Amino acid sequence: MMLEAKGLTFSYRRGSTPVLRDISLSISSGERVGLKAPSGRGKTTLCRLLAGYDKPQKGRVLLDSRPLREYRGACPVQMIWQHPEMVVDPLLRLGETLREAGEIDKRMLDELHIEDGWLERYPAELSGGELQRFCLARALRPSTKYLLCDEISAMLDLVTQAQIWHFLLEEAERRGMGLLVVSHDDALLKRVCTRIEELPFTTL
Amino acid sequence: MEPVLQIKHLSIDFTRYERGTKRRRLTVIRDLSLEIYPGQVVAVAGASGSGKSLLAHSILDILPHNSHVEGEILYDGTLLTPERIERLRGSEIVLVPQGVSYLDPLMKVGTQLRKGKKDPGTKERYRIALNRYGLGEETEELYPFELSGGMARRVMIASASAESPRLIIADEPTPGLDAGTAGRILGHFRELADEGAGILFITHDLELASEVADRVVVFYAGETIEEARAEDFADVACLRHPYTKALWYAMPKHGFKPVQGSQPYPGQLRSGCHFAGQCETCREECLERETIPLRPYDGGRVRCLYPKEEGQV
Repeated sequence: MMLEAKGLTFSYRRGSTPVLRDISLSISSGERVGLKAPSGRGKTTLCRLLAGYDKPQKGRVLLDSRPLREYRGACPVQMIWQHPEMVVDPLLRLGETLREAGEIDKRMLDELHIEDGWLERYPAELSGGELQRFCLARALRPSTKYLLCDEISAMLDLVTQAQIWHFLLEEAERRGMGLLVVSHDDALLKRVCTRIEELPFTTL
Repeated sequence: MEPVLQIKHLSIDFTRYERGTKRRRLTVIRDLSLEIYPGQVVAVAGASGSGKSLLAHSILDILPHNSHVEGEILYDGTLLTPERIERLRGSEIVLVPQGVSYLDPLMKVGTQLRKGKKDPGTKERYRIALNRYGLGEETEELYPFELSGGMARRVMIASASAESPRLIIADEPTPGLDAGTAGRILGHFRELADEGAGILFITHDLELASEVADRVVVFYAGETIEEARAEDFADVACLRHPYTKALWYAMPKHGFKPVQGSQPYPGQLRSGCHFAGQCETCREECLERETIPLRPYDGGRVRCLYPKEEGQV
């Protein structure tokens, strides 16, 4: 499988300077690509485009040469966000949010140390680190082929960080999943990635 | 010299309802004491969900309504009552919140920073504050949704440091920032501390903490388990508690090794050492004792019966 971005250009307001200009990137299954750039250069924006949340003004996102939007059901490209508290419905119990698109494998909850009791609680009652583990479980559906990790571990303690990355790497290996890893932590990128790219990519 | 902030025997409970009207009390922070002197940066590190943010919120008196706080919080030697903190927060005592959701989504950055003030002096002050963190005048015209994660962080930090605070409580201010920017921000915290402010710096980044802080306090399951000097983190042999050692070994550059298991949930704490479930040097005595005291040890403090024992690797 291959996830490809071809010549993506995107700006948030019409007529303003694009955040991304003519960006191309491809990730094959089993590859773990690190992405780094200073703050405000469009790392999250690129993830949003790759996961299909936003439509680029120019360029295309292809999964196995088919446009991403043609895939039905839960999107095979899932994104995990920098701020878990912003991507869960504050008025739903976490169990309901988790089952949004179908049941979640019990093994996943065990591996991520998600307590049964948490599912009965509201997002405001969990710490940032607890919520993020929960967001991971939600994104790792059986149909997920690519995972976009947008600075997913900076809010976790170091032991939990290491646990989660070991789990994710194993899971990616087992399923032949491709990862895009956004982080400011060079040591982390070196540990988990097979190659590292820096924005803006030098265009050929 | 009097500490800027002195916390004595702080405990925080939450009252929760489960199954109808059955009430249950959950203790999330137990018997916590902490002092910050003028000119000091004290870093608080520790497990996710160990109560670091709750500590910050209890100082500012912004805990949820179902919480119950015991113990004393003193600011400048006088008790910090709800009336007093209401007067001081936002000017003398400021919080850099952890979540970017603390920004008002319906207000432009500039307007919410200035809190309604329109005089040229205030405008100038905030322009300088934003500028210090690499954000230009155009940022003031943006809404929070137009900011990147790192920019939102910098806006919150600018907001806190534009007033001249005497106590800054920064709840994980650096995620989403590149090393250069994070270093600049902490350098500025250091400057404020050197001018006499006290800083409580909550973080997971031990490397940053050991660079900028004077002391590092490590939390686990709602308790202080170690107080160390910042320089102790240069060498794992200087660290006292097995959990602090585990944090050190989990750093990507020190092996990236996780210990198994997780921190016990507040409702499921047993007597004895709370870290027992993850500790590789745990002995029977650690489980049999009612509580493990926090005691002075080797220039710091530790809550462990057998500190500095190897076997974590």
